Amino acid sequence: MDYFLELFLSGLTRGSIYALIALGYTMVYGIIQLINFAHGEIYMIGAFVALVVSGVLTIYGFSGVSILILAALIAIIYSAAYGYTLEKIAYRPLRGAPRLSPLISAIGMSLFLQNYVLLAQTADFLPFPELVPEFEFMEPIAHIMGSAELIILITSAITMIGLTLLIKYTRIGKAMRATQQDMVMARLTGINVDRVISVTFIIGSVLAAIAGVLVGSYIGQINYFIGFMAGVKAFTAAVLGGIGNIPGAALGGLVLGLAEAMAAGYISSAYEDVFAFGVLVLILILRPSGLLGKAVKQKV
Amino acid sequence: MAENTQKLLEVRELTMDFGGLRAVDSITLEVCTGEIVALIGPNGAGKTTFFNCVTGIYKPTRGEILVHPPEQKTYKINGFKPNRVTAMGLARTFQNIRLFQNMTVLENVMIGRHCRTTTNILGAILRGKNTNRQERETIERSYELLEKVGLVHFADEFAKNLPYGAQRRLEIARAMATDPFLLLLDEPAAGMNPQETKDLDELIVRIKDTENISILLIEHDMKLVMNISERIYVMEYGKKIAHGSPQEIRSNPKVIEAYLGEGGDDA
Amino acid sequence: MAMISYLKSCLIAAIWFVFLTFPLMVVKVNTLKNTVEWRWMNMLWVAIGAFILSAVWRWAMERRARGASQKEQESSDSDKKPSLGERLLEDPKLYRPLLGLVVALALLMPWVSEMYQVTIWVFALIYVVLGLGLNITVGLAGLLDLGYVAFFGVGAYTYAILNTRFGLDFWICLPIGGLTGALVGVLLGFPILRLRGDYLAIVTLGFGSIAKIVYENWEGVFNGARGIEKIARPGFFGMEMDISAATTFTYYLMLVMVVFTIFVTNRLKDSRIGRAWMALREDEIACVAMGVDMARTKLGAYALGAFWAGLVGVIFASQTTYINPASFDFMLSAIVLSMVVLGGMGSIVGVVIAALVLNLLPEYLRAFEDYRMLVFGAVMVLMMLFRPQGLVSNVRKTYTHSKKVHAEEANG
Ligand SMILES: Nc1ncnc2c1ncn2[C@@H]1O[C@H](COP(=O)(O)OP(=O)(O)OP(=O)(O)O)[C@@H](O)[C@H]1O
Ligand SMILES: [Mg+2]
Repeated sequence: MDYFLELFLSGLTRGSIYALIALGYTMVYGIIQLINFAHGEIYMIGAFVALVVSGVLTIYGFSGVSILILAALIAIIYSAAYGYTLEKIAYRPLRGAPRLSPLISAIGMSLFLQNYVLLAQTADFLPFPELVPEFEFMEPIAHIMGSAELIILITSAITMIGLTLLIKYTRIGKAMRATQQDMVMARLTGINVDRVISVTFIIGSVLAAIAGVLVGSYIGQINYFIGFMAGVKAFTAAVLGGIGNIPGAALGGLVLGLAEAMAAGYISSAYEDVFAFGVLVLILILRPSGLLGKAVKQKV
Repeated sequence: MAENTQKLLEVRELTMDFGGLRAVDSITLEVCTGEIVALIGPNGAGKTTFFNCVTGIYKPTRGEILVHPPEQKTYKINGFKPNRVTAMGLARTFQNIRLFQNMTVLENVMIGRHCRTTTNILGAILRGKNTNRQERETIERSYELLEKVGLVHFADEFAKNLPYGAQRRLEIARAMATDPFLLLLDEPAAGMNPQETKDLDELIVRIKDTENISILLIEHDMKLVMNISERIYVMEYGKKIAHGSPQEIRSNPKVIEAYLGEGGDDA
Repeated sequence: MAMISYLKSCLIAAIWFVFLTFPLMVVKVNTLKNTVEWRWMNMLWVAIGAFILSAVWRWAMERRARGASQKEQESSDSDKKPSLGERLLEDPKLYRPLLGLVVALALLMPWVSEMYQVTIWVFALIYVVLGLGLNITVGLAGLLDLGYVAFFGVGAYTYAILNTRFGLDFWICLPIGGLTGALVGVLLGFPILRLRGDYLAIVTLGFGSIAKIVYENWEGVFNGARGIEKIARPGFFGMEMDISAATTFTYYLMLVMVVFTIFVTNRLKDSRIGRAWMALREDEIACVAMGVDMARTKLGAYALGAFWAGLVGVIFASQTTYINPASFDFMLSAIVLSMVVLGGMGSIVGVVIAALVLNLLPEYLRAFEDYRMLVFGAVMVLMMLFRPQGLVSNVRKTYTHSKKVHAEEANG
């Protein structure tokens, strides 16, 4: 039973990370129907900036939770800045181009950013400074769930609730929903669509950065390539939930994380990644609209 | 309907739902040999959706679509893929022009010949006698069709560079290249000036008379519709509200109301 | 005044990029050794680089916007002048001597250079054929395949296994490798080819990655991460060849392959099948409504691309005599894709040139080697932005016919 619980919690943890990244994919896809292939790289850059900041601060003698918070903040700012710039350079000029053009541009950007970090920093895995304190009250259940896992679960829950509120109640949230429904109509009613798209990229990047920091301090090491696999899995989660659907992305992330943890725990961990890809392929073939998405017929 | 005519297309109680929206609501319609039939109605009435169901682009929610190709048995084509419907002899044009923009005008028409030719990958690589003959025939026939719609001088131009009216005529030529016995035209006169519309009017009649192709036509231009069609079906909100000869439709109070309520073009 | 605002916006861009790159370009921490390195010079380079690039960027964007409006005007008058590149390709008087020269150089190459050079060229030619194969799938049929490397792997492993376990000869395995690639292509393609373009890209990426993981973990068949070694080089009527002779032989074999691929692609391009691929790429719905069987047509393009990858995979395995899963990484798919994009989707000459340039440049400019993937990424983005038709745009064939001649006479 303990083993199951352990797997369950680790699946939940993993799943909430996927969910955070998946939200970025789904929001962007919902508005401009683009698979933002470079989104995984934004997540990687968030993790890297956090590593650099916390590394520098640790070396200069700071310690404790303050580093974690400062590193997370700076990582968020940087990921947001990268996401914004990415959209402006690589996607905005391609509005209205054939569908594959922005996708190829996105793949190019993904390669570019990976290798930029590789060249500017290093190809090696770098250990992430230990930033998460071991909570004493977690001691009795430490064999099932660590402090880092607790923090991940709580942070992602808060983030997702925040996002839901933002989209439901704020002006920009309403503008985002309107743009998602019908970009042309939204523009006619005076919504600045370009700004909405920028904001969408920024929000997605912020979520990715949070995921990056959490993963960094949870797994304990990162390199320039972590964005690739995380990106594919998060995209799987987004498709699983129904791409374009925000609660769907969260659900998809959790389901995928749980399924993966169970498969790895009870079957074999060598094929863990095959499993995620398998889910992706099956979902796209059998139910492309995902768990929560509605099937839409293309208008002719 | 004359006596020697035969039903080509017979649609019974066709219904198409999009989620909660019933875009087509149990429409029954027939087209016989040698006829030009028009399908009219205000914007959003469900005319294009009806075409999409008949040509296999959507799978209708309910109803029957029966096709009687000349000298063949009857087929029920619900759920057939669009290419099978076309191979059977129903060809269409699109309301929002869908040409192959970056291919030449001639190549656009040649695509229409695809389902009447058989060269496969191996054949295309080896370029045997059969392949060469088919290719030559395809070119000949395509030029012939371009000539019929008056586009020969544009043959090597990219489709996207054509003026609007010419693009509409190219769509017709492309559809005719599939050797149909029934042509479904979705607003062929949209965006045309009066002279172009007049030419189109003649073209459609000529197609019917000389090519032995019957025509089902969606059109908002009432002058064109009244001029050339033998029978008219009127749709509103997915339902059929009237059916009859141009004279009958012109004086039908329901139709007048539907159009006046819309504030659209009158007869 | 315009100049000042122009410079000001470039300056802002420079500052923005200095800010963006600061933590990654200037700071370098090593959390293993607990050291920090501050590379302030990088900041300067970034500032200068960003300033210049942003000036170029602005100019290019303006040109692009102007180009778009110009094209609309141009379309009305049909006789526009072909560019030098187009003239070079169309006029036999110009391209025949050039072609002759290229052929002569290609044939002479192994005799005038060292084996090391020949090896480099063998790999470059392998990329050329991969590029041409993917060009069928992506360029002609518009199916974005991000898992192309999987088929390359299928070919290579087919030969490796058949050769080392069953002792089958290279020449028997060459077609088997190609056909296995095509077969796998058909099996994978069948369920996924009705997916929309961007989903297809992701699913094929998934297949590519799954293939690699399977090679890595299925010890029994693929020998896992250790890979398979001692694969035989191609023989030639039982002739014994040393490494150098075998490499030269493979070089010529690859030349033949390139010519063969070009021949086939060229014939397909302007055939019933090629037109259907292109039409599908342009507009799927219109295409099926004109009677084209989408599933079958797409499957043909996908399988044919896979066939070439499988074929070249065999040659690759025979040239390296050792393969392991690391050779069949997503990066290879990305590299081949960027060649197709750079060359101009659908254009044969463009893809050949792009494949050679992108492969030989890093070999001969060693300093450039580290930046290879960075440049590939940038190439993809820049091509999409500024020259989506590629370096050599794909010229459509025109057909002659008696009626056309009449029409031209009538027009004057
Ligand atoms: N793929 C689809 N998904 C959802 N609703 C659709 C779809 N296609 C059409 N509709 C809806 O069905 C109704 C009928 O549309 P349709 O295009 O058939 O009208 P129409 O009679 O052709 O109008 P028009 O004269 O403007 O062309 C409209 O309300 C439209 O919004
Ligand atoms: Mg319509």
